Amino acid sequence: MARAVSTNRKALNTAIAWGIGFLIFFPILWTILTSFKTEAEAIANPPVFLNFDWTLENYAIVQERSNYMRFLWNSVFIAGGSTVLGVIVAVPAAWSMAFVPSRRTKDILLWMLSTKMLPAVGVLYPIYLLSIELGVLDNRYALVVILMLINLPIIVWMLYTYFREIPVEILEAARMDGARLREEIFYVLTPMAVPGIASTLLLNFILAWNEAFWTLNLTAVDAAPLTAFIASYSSPEGLFFAKLSAASTMAIAPILILGWFSQKQLVRGLTFGAVK
Amino acid sequence: MATQHSRSAARMMMTPAVFLLLVWMLVPLSMTLWFSVRRFLPLRGGDQGFVGLENYIRFISSSAFWPAIQTTLVIVGGILLISVIFGILLALLLDQPMWGQGIVRILIIAPFFVMPTVSALVWKNMFMDPVNGLFAHLWRFFGGEPVVWLSDAPIGSIILIVSWQWLPFATLILLTAIQSLDSEQLEAAEMDGASPLARFGYIILPHLSRAITIVVLIQTIFLLSIFAEIFVTTGGAFGSRTLTYLIYQRVLESQNVGLGSAGGVYAIILANIVALFLMRIVGKNLDN
Repeated sequence: MARAVSTNRKALNTAIAWGIGFLIFFPILWTILTSFKTEAEAIANPPVFLNFDWTLENYAIVQERSNYMRFLWNSVFIAGGSTVLGVIVAVPAAWSMAFVPSRRTKDILLWMLSTKMLPAVGVLYPIYLLSIELGVLDNRYALVVILMLINLPIIVWMLYTYFREIPVEILEAARMDGARLREEIFYVLTPMAVPGIASTLLLNFILAWNEAFWTLNLTAVDAAPLTAFIASYSSPEGLFFAKLSAASTMAIAPILILGWFSQKQLVRGLTFGAVK
Repeated sequence: MATQHSRSAARMMMTPAVFLLLVWMLVPLSMTLWFSVRRFLPLRGGDQGFVGLENYIRFISSSAFWPAIQTTLVIVGGILLISVIFGILLALLLDQPMWGQGIVRILIIAPFFVMPTVSALVWKNMFMDPVNGLFAHLWRFFGGEPVVWLSDAPIGSIILIVSWQWLPFATLILLTAIQSLDSEQLEAAEMDGASPLARFGYIILPHLSRAITIVVLIQTIFLLSIFAEIFVTTGGAFGSRTLTYLIYQRVLESQNVGLGSAGGVYAIILANIVALFLMRIVGKNLDN
C-alpha cells in the first residue's frame, strides 16, 4: 500500500534524485557529447555543453584509422560465443541439480562458485604459457573458451535459481500423463525455462563484453576486442579527446542498452540468488 | 519421485560442466604451485630447478610487497566504504515516492555497464587531465591550481574511478533488499512514534544487514583483482601498485615466473579467505 505523501515532499525527492542521477550519469553523457565535437571544442575552456557544431567526423576517423569494425566483431564473437557455449554446457547441469537434487548438489554448486573466486592473476602465467604452447595466443576461439569457463559458474547458478522456481508438480503431472524425459524437457520445461535462459544470456553477454583481464593479456592484434582497442588510447598523441569519446561511445552504447534491460537479473545473477 | 534412471541421467548431464571447471581449476592451479617452488626466468635461463620456499620468502620480503598490500587494502577498503554508505543513502532515496523513478534508476545503474578500460580512460583524460580535463577547468574557474590527479593523488583517483563503477551495483542490490521490507512494519513503528532515525536504525538497517554483507563480500572478491583501471591510468606507478598488479608485473613484465607464481598463491589464499565467508552465506540461503 502506498502511503499518501504530500506533493511537496514528492517534488523534493524527485529533485534530489534527478540531481544525483544526473551527476552519476554525467561522465557518460559528457563522453557522448564530446564524441560529436571537434578536437578543439573538446578541450575548450569554458567547456561547451550543447552549443557546438555537431559533427560525425570523429566516428569516421576512428573507423578509418583503426579498423574499428574488426575490434567490434571480435567483441561480439568472444562475448557471444562464450555466452552461448556456456549456456549449452550449463543448462543440463543446472536442470539436473534443480530437478534431481542429490545430497551433493549443494556442495557442487558451492564448489563451482569457489572456482569463480580464484583470482585470475594467480593463474595468469599458466594460461599464458598454455596459450603459447597450444599456439592460441591472440586467438578468438581461445578467448571464447576462457571467458566461457570464467562465467560458467555464474551461468550455472543463474539457471539453477531460475529452474528452481519452476514448480516440480507440473513435471510430476507430465510424468503421470506418460511423458518421457525428452518430452518432459521439450514440451513442459523448455517453455517455462526460456525467460530464465534469456536473462542468463543477456547478463553474461554483458559480463563477457566488459571482461578486461584476459582480453588485455592474451590478445595482441588478431583477436583484440574493444577492451583492448580502447586501452590502446592510454598513450595519447596530440589532441584525441573527441576521438577517444567516439571510440568509447561505440564501445559502450550497445551494452548500456542491453544493461538497462537486465537490471533485475543483475541482482540475482551476481548475488547467486542470495538477494532477490 | 526421481527414479534410479533419472538419477543417473542427471549425473550425466552434470558431467560436462563439472569436468570443464575441474580442469579449468586444477591444471593452472597446479602449474602455479609448481612454478612457485622453482627458479623460473623464461627469458634469462628458463627453469633453473627447485628452490623450495625461496620465492615465497622473497616475494614477502621484497620492498614492493608491503606497500602493495597497503595500497590494496586502502583501495578495496575505500571503495567498499563509499559504495556501502552512499549505496544505502541512494537506495533509501530511490525507495521514496517520486516522479520518473525508473529513469533515475537507469541513470544511476549505467556506470556499472561501462567497460573498465573506457571508464578509466574517460576519467583519466576528460576529467583528471591536469591541462584539459574538466576538473582542471573547474579548479581554474575557482582560482585554484589544477591538480595532477594521477600522480599527486593516484590512490584517491583510482578509488574514485572504481567507486563510480561499483556504487551502482551496491545501490541496486540494497534497493532490491529495501523493497522486500514489509512496509506495514515501518508504518506500525511510525504510528508508535518512532523517529525516522530510529526506524532506520532498528528496522531498515537490520533488514539490510545480509544484503550489505553480500555486497561487501562480492565486491571484495572483484576489487581484489581490479586490473584494467590501473593498467590504463597509472600503470602501477606513484604507489598505486596493488597486489594483483605487482604479481602481473613480476610474471609478464619482468618475466620472473617463479616469484610471480608465489605471489599468485598468496593472492589465491587471500581471495579464498573472503570467499569462505561468502560461501557460508550463500550456502545457508540454499537450504531454505
